[in-house]
Amino acid sequence: MIERIEQLRTQAEGEISRADSSEALEELRVRHLGRRAELPQMLREVAGLAVKERAAVGQAANAARQALETMIQARVAQLAGEELEASLRADRVDVTLPGAPPQTIGRLHVLTATRRELEDIFLGLGFTVMEGPEVETVHYNFDALNHSPTHPARARTDTFYVEGPPGGSDLVLRTHTSPMQVRAMEAHPPPLYVVIPGRVYRPDSDATHTPQFHQIEGLAVDEDITLADLKGTLLEFARAVFGDERDVRLRPHFFPFTEPSVEVDVSCFHCDGKGFLRDGARCYLCKGEGWLEVLGAGEVDPNVYSHVPTTERNAPGYDPEKIQGFAWGLGVERIAMLKHGIPDLRLYYENDLRFLEQF
Amino acid sequence: MRVPLPWLREYCDPDLDVGGIEERLTMTGTKVEAIHRHGVASTEHFVVGRVLEAGPHPDADRLKVCMVDVGEDDPATIVCGAPNVAGGQTVAVARPGAVMPDGTKLKHAKLRGVVSEGMILAENELEIGSGGEGIMVLDGLLPDSGPRRAGAVPRPGTSLADVLPIAMDVVELEITPNRPDCLGVYGVARELHAATGADLAQAPWSEDVGSQGPVAEASVTVECPDLCPRFTARVFENVTIGPSPTWLKARLSAAGMRTINNVVDITNYAMLLTGQPLHAFDLDRVAGARLTVRRAKEGEQVQTLDGQARTLDGEMVVIDDAEGPTSIAGLMGGARSEVEPDTTRVLLEVATWSGPNIHRSSWALGLRSEASGRFEKGLQPEQCMHAQAIATRLMIELCGADVAPGTIDVGWEAPPAQAIRLREGRVRAILGVAVSVQRQAEILRALDFATEPVKDGLEVSVPALRRDDVTREIDLIEEVARIDGLESLPATLPARRGAAGRLTHAQRVRRAAEDAMVGRGLHEIVGWSFTEPALLDRLRLPAEDAMRRVVALENPLSEGQSIMRPTLLGSLLDAARHNVSRNGPDIAIFESGTVYRASHEGPLADEHHALAVLLSGSLAPRSWRVRPGQADFFAAKALLDALLDRFHLDWSVEPTSWPFLHPGRSAAVLSGGETLGFLGELHPLVAGAWDLERTAAFAIDLGKVAALASPLLAFGAFGPFPALRQDLAVTLPVSVAAGEVLERVRATAGETLDDVSVFDVYTGAQVGEGRRSLALALSFRALDRTLTDEDIAPVRERIVAALGEIGGELRG
Ligand SMILES: [Zn+2]
Repeated sequence: MIERIEQLRTQAEGEISRADSSEALEELRVRHLGRRAELPQMLREVAGLAVKERAAVGQAANAARQALETMIQARVAQLAGEELEASLRADRVDVTLPGAPPQTIGRLHVLTATRRELEDIFLGLGFTVMEGPEVETVHYNFDALNHSPTHPARARTDTFYVEGPPGGSDLVLRTHTSPMQVRAMEAHPPPLYVVIPGRVYRPDSDATHTPQFHQIEGLAVDEDITLADLKGTLLEFARAVFGDERDVRLRPHFFPFTEPSVEVDVSCFHCDGKGFLRDGARCYLCKGEGWLEVLGAGEVDPNVYSHVPTTERNAPGYDPEKIQGFAWGLGVERIAMLKHGIPDLRLYYENDLRFLEQF
Repeated sequence: MRVPLPWLREYCDPDLDVGGIEERLTMTGTKVEAIHRHGVASTEHFVVGRVLEAGPHPDADRLKVCMVDVGEDDPATIVCGAPNVAGGQTVAVARPGAVMPDGTKLKHAKLRGVVSEGMILAENELEIGSGGEGIMVLDGLLPDSGPRRAGAVPRPGTSLADVLPIAMDVVELEITPNRPDCLGVYGVARELHAATGADLAQAPWSEDVGSQGPVAEASVTVECPDLCPRFTARVFENVTIGPSPTWLKARLSAAGMRTINNVVDITNYAMLLTGQPLHAFDLDRVAGARLTVRRAKEGEQVQTLDGQARTLDGEMVVIDDAEGPTSIAGLMGGARSEVEPDTTRVLLEVATWSGPNIHRSSWALGLRSEASGRFEKGLQPEQCMHAQAIATRLMIELCGADVAPGTIDVGWEAPPAQAIRLREGRVRAILGVAVSVQRQAEILRALDFATEPVKDGLEVSVPALRRDDVTREIDLIEEVARIDGLESLPATLPARRGAAGRLTHAQRVRRAAEDAMVGRGLHEIVGWSFTEPALLDRLRLPAEDAMRRVVALENPLSEGQSIMRPTLLGSLLDAARHNVSRNGPDIAIFESGTVYRASHEGPLADEHHALAVLLSGSLAPRSWRVRPGQADFFAAKALLDALLDRFHLDWSVEPTSWPFLHPGRSAAVLSGGETLGFLGELHPLVAGAWDLERTAAFAIDLGKVAALASPLLAFGAFGPFPALRQDLAVTLPVSVAAGEVLERVRATAGETLDDVSVFDVYTGAQVGEGRRSLALALSFRALDRTLTDEDIAPVRERIVAALGEIGGELRG
């Protein structure tokens, strides 16, 4: 009998392994393990066997039955997995269709993005960001910044005046962010490290001038801030904006509220400061100079400190024999123009989406 | 200012090419803005020729056919149209292949049937002068690049560049307003001397062939010494008016001045060299031979040289002779006393005028010139005699004039030179790098300062021409730094004591608000602060509207930019219109910027930082799968929600009318008892004024948002237990606002209510006339246990009852 059991088992195993559908497996299960099948029949008949045989036959039949059941189950699971895979393979989408629903992408205006980038650089250098009024008094815009009463910048051709009471207004649209130098010093005692971003105005309008533009003023006043410190600070700024290889140079210049005054050039990032490109052509960006003018700066003129009254808020105040510092004013439009190759200032204020989408 | 390089080199000639000179000047504060090549780019093919014979042209009366010896075996045939060409002349010739200053390349040309092998040149063709006298005749000329007489007639075939200044490098300089002393060639030469160490020639005015003392032939009175600190004049007799020599014309032309005649050219030459303008009167046309300098009368009319009648005001200065005004001081001479070809007696005026006064007058009259541009920078009275000395020598040399004894010199006495202490330690403290006292002294002396060593540094005396610019120790430090110091400056960082860079809460709120809008797919625009008054009408603002209290400009560039915007809406609408016409109808933009109102309180304007959004068209691009929503009130409100919830603000809206909004679809945005701004669809008439279809917008005051937004967000506890969610459908009269329903639910539900929102709105026959159904999603939560329906049943009953009080009925 044991041989018969082995025979049945071998035969069934062959059939199960060849079965290729769950229906066929179910049919095999009925044929080999169903009520009328031979193996269960033999199990039922074990009781009638001689005691000596009973244990061996029962054990063999049981083992065969369990093995076959396990095998069928495994084969069912395997087939189900294959069928699932086949049906998933048939369920195909065109992956190249666009995502849906579409997500629109917004962007900051390049002037805002640039302003924030510059703010962040100076924040990292320990400067605090301050803001101030755009409609400003003649006092802060000119007088306190050491402009003589007849300085040409005060002329109506150079400054927007705000309509005021009859007899004349002493309000202007600030022509630079520099009036905040004195306001900042009035509000805080030294040491003072601030940058002041903001909108400024001058009556000029062409491809290289718009009547409004944006500046970032810098002001650092402490006991011992030198022109070399200005150079170091602006070197950090230039490298952060234009790349680690950049260099800066200070050229003497003139501003009424700084002394010594300088203009600051950054080595050209397009030609690496050489003035010409690899093919020998003159660099269009720096026009062959190797340097790009980026801002005006200098040591704060002692006369400016004398326009800062000492009060409770800023005590001990600003004594030009005891404190010194530097200031700069840079144009955000100019930096963005250089960095991104924007050809015309007017593009900034036209707000064409084809422009806005680029940054 | 344009400086011809050979002229500059006459006074200071460093061993540097033009690029080297550019670099030294630029790095010491005299920025070279451009280098021009004046005259021809290449001197090749320009030669001296001798006209062997000038015969008639067979077919043209006005042309002559010349045989010209150009130093080759055979003479060249050259057709010439100048009336003054004649046999025997030595002339300037351009041969075929020559490139003229305007860039044209000369070829063999057929002129009325005769082939011309080149061109006999006039001055203007070489950019040497105005060319009024026909071709240049080099016989007996002064073939030199400088004002020195020289010898023989050049031989044919000689390179023209050897005998005429036909090519000159010209540096264009930016002279900063504090340096009027550099508005003359010699001043620039001094800078070059200091910057390079090359020798500086003696000042060209150091020898004056004129004399001091009274002048018999004329007299001058100055009635307004405040506006005319010094007035000098010399008289010249036996003057012969004629053309200037070539070297003079060449220099003036290269410097950008027109050449007129020898007397006028001399005044311009002396001005370019010294920086001090001069004016020549025909003394015989000065009535009474006396001049009076006075303030003009208000409304006084003066006829100027250009034939125009100018109306003056009481702050302008005129110069009278016995018959009235002859010129406007510092700006323009009068026609009556101009130097003419028959002039024989010249009065040369060299005066100092108040710089600011000239600046004002020249702008007011629209009269700007090389002279006014120099006067307005503020020249020093000493410069008058510099110019007189230069001009006197040239009047004698070039016009054959005799200078009358004496110099009229009104109203000035030189103040003593100012002495300033320059502390050695201070130089280092300001610059951050040391410059030795010896070097400091060397630099200052090169710049014409006198120095005396003292214990802690130098005692420095300021030269006259720098007395306005250099008045303090710091000004001397700048002088030292710009010549030596800046270039070797180390790059260090400041000490930054107590400095920690940070943004304020308001600045962080502003960035976060902008980022919230960008994150939702909006593009930021940057609009103009300026707008036009008509904007207020297009926004339908009534006369008394607060937004009409605008900040207006006294001197706008145009009516369209004459007031400061009281709202961001105008910029957004302008940008929307621009983009709809170019890029299609879908607009989702915002601006974060300042708006302005005139203030009745403070001295300044009322400025606040606003953020405004504008939506029009589809909210998203068309998709193959979903239909995008359209811009409307609720689309804008959802964005506002996203923005304000970013700061956990407790806010609400209240139906409110705004003149520019749809009256049924507009609301005020409220929080913390304040109105933050507006929300709504634009009034169709307003949208239409910008060619827009249905458009929604909101604008809020970000300053108020920042004030309400807590800088510190506190943690709120939540438990591990899941929420119990229930829906509630209720019909109500349509007059009951959804906001009121939600308010009541929150008020009655108690603390287990976690959230409530409206997820469906339905009107129709099923709910009856005048009523609508709102479906509410409720979720309840407890910190300490999982809530069951039994827990919530009484809460739900209270809610139903509370809604019943406002007409609510539970739907089946
Ligand atoms: Zn470059």
